[in-house]
Amino acid sequence: MPLLKPDPTFYPSPRLAMQAPPEKHAFVAALNPPGSKLNDALLVVDVNPESATYGQRVGEVKMPKFGDELHHFGWNACSSALCPYAPHPHVERRYLVVPGIRSSRIHIIDTKPDPRRPEVVKVIEPEEIFARTNYSRPHTIHCGPEAIYVSALGDPNGEGPGGIFLLDCETFEVLGQWEMNRGPQFLHYDFWWHLGFDTLLSSEWGTPNMIESGVQPDLLLGGKYGRQMHVWDLRRRRHLQTLDLGEQQQMVLEMRPAHDPTKAYGFVGVVISLKDLSASVWLWHRNNGAWEVKKVIEIPAEPADPEKLPAMLKDFKAVPPLVTDINLSLDDKFLYVSCWGTGEFLQYDVSDPFNPRKTGSVRIGGIANRTAHPSKPDQPLAGGPQMVEVSRDGKRIYFTNSLYASWDEQFYPDDVGSWMVKLDADRDGGITFDENFFLESKDYRVHQVRLEGGDSSSDSFCFP
Amino acid sequence: MSDLWPWLAVFGLGMFHGINPAMGWLFAVALGLQEQKRAAVFGALPPIVLGHALSIGIIIGAVLMARMNLPHRTLKIAAAVFLFAFGFYRLLRTRHPTWVGMRVGFADLTLWSFVMASAHGAGLMLVPFFLPSPTAATMHHHDGHEMHAWAIANFSAPSLLAASVAVHTSGYLLMTAIIAILVYEKLGVKILRRAWFNIDLIWMLALMITGVFILVF
Repeated sequence: MPLLKPDPTFYPSPRLAMQAPPEKHAFVAALNPPGSKLNDALLVVDVNPESATYGQRVGEVKMPKFGDELHHFGWNACSSALCPYAPHPHVERRYLVVPGIRSSRIHIIDTKPDPRRPEVVKVIEPEEIFARTNYSRPHTIHCGPEAIYVSALGDPNGEGPGGIFLLDCETFEVLGQWEMNRGPQFLHYDFWWHLGFDTLLSSEWGTPNMIESGVQPDLLLGGKYGRQMHVWDLRRRRHLQTLDLGEQQQMVLEMRPAHDPTKAYGFVGVVISLKDLSASVWLWHRNNGAWEVKKVIEIPAEPADPEKLPAMLKDFKAVPPLVTDINLSLDDKFLYVSCWGTGEFLQYDVSDPFNPRKTGSVRIGGIANRTAHPSKPDQPLAGGPQMVEVSRDGKRIYFTNSLYASWDEQFYPDDVGSWMVKLDADRDGGITFDENFFLESKDYRVHQVRLEGGDSSSDSFCFP
Repeated sequence: MSDLWPWLAVFGLGMFHGINPAMGWLFAVALGLQEQKRAAVFGALPPIVLGHALSIGIIIGAVLMARMNLPHRTLKIAAAVFLFAFGFYRLLRTRHPTWVGMRVGFADLTLWSFVMASAHGAGLMLVPFFLPSPTAATMHHHDGHEMHAWAIANFSAPSLLAASVAVHTSGYLLMTAIIAILVYEKLGVKILRRAWFNIDLIWMLALMITGVFILVF
């Protein structure tokens, strides 16, 4: 049933969205660790500091089948419904679209009327996605102005090309491949857009067969994983330009364009450089109509005792930072960078996007360090900062510690564990752990976090 | 005065169409904000108005053609059924537009406005004013009333088409321009959160009621 006024969680501009009330619940993708017989689940975590159950699990919904590996999920509708060219603001932000990257199954989960008791209301089976899109391994969801966009790593056989397909945002019917002309694009991972410039950008990881059994050292050392970005005409669905980050760069993952639709730049994280195991963040920007890309942050590898390193890293005597997720606050001011390898979590002031300034750093977990959480200082932690989410007002940062099941085993072979933490961010720069928020999970590995009402990577805006 | 009221209504419906954020002013505001200049708001108005005028012009033209070629009763029933069915269909099937793109030129924006007005059945709302047949009016005239210069029935089809499109579009332009500049300069887009009522619901019900109205009267 359509609403009479716009959904209260829709904001015309990122600036207005920053005035949104603080979130009360977080939804967290939870996957069964290898060897477990559990079905994956979506957990509900209480993030209201006033509540007696603050920082605890207060609800969950199990997926109907085994072996999904829930990954990155998103909403059925968001602030892009206010976009002037395809307005439909009287739909509800209500359903989470939750894909399994292993199973290629997509779940539609209703978060109303009670966000603590979400329900699976529809399941899109992998066969339907294969038949209608010739894609598989769906993972990232963005609510576009006219449909739900879903990223997919590859084809049904686990080869390429990967790409994007569309779901109807009311019926959740699988509509088909998004691309009209993909040009030279083959590898795929993340995507997002600049709505004000009718431009979509995509990144590259690897085909399902290149990643599903773990990172393959021969492919990595041979530079076979993704190292490019692609620029697309969002309106005509055509490939426009390839941006090559260089042959040393491997695995170009999460993309965070400026939220302000009048700004034509954004950030993308690169997991590793073959030259020195460093990780980096690159800035893409528009210059005289063409898009360019430039490295703006480089994070060096940290020397470590080989005794503390997994087999794959022993010879290098160093821990690579492994930047696996980044996130940008809604005012485009602070960029957050997860270093899953070294266990460092960084905050940069990117008011001048060409010259990021480091303003904060905390450590937790890490391949060699195993840093504890301040609330339990005697308990070393495996895993590291990974999927990060920033509240709309930019004051609270949440992150979890697992990456992708088969890769977790390679980098943290003694068990990656499962925890979620929260940081408080100072609006002038600086981050600190909230000592009252340390969620450990014995049964599931926690992965992506979405905040009730929206967060800093859930919405797109058409007004500055 | 009784002869003027249909014209006022046609003008008023133009203003009503202009209020709807989905019908043009919001796009003009967005283009102004994207370009960061007021001139872009005004620049968007001509194509938006043109697209709207084309959409309602086609419907009015079609009714006037039909009026010349169909018995009055048949036309009335056909119009009533069409309006009711359109409103009912859109009420049940709330498909939203799937246009993608902020970088629009004159032709794009004209087409967009045409599509939005047509999809909302903007022209259909005007249909009842063009149904009265000249014969009925003539008989009315013979009853001893004066010749009414402004009576819609006294216009030839082409001049009636031109006049009604001009009157309707003036109302539409007036409202679109006022709201666009008010939101751009003063109110800001935050007003959308409070004031964007679901006009579609009322709109489609209005079409259905108009359909019934045509049949009954």
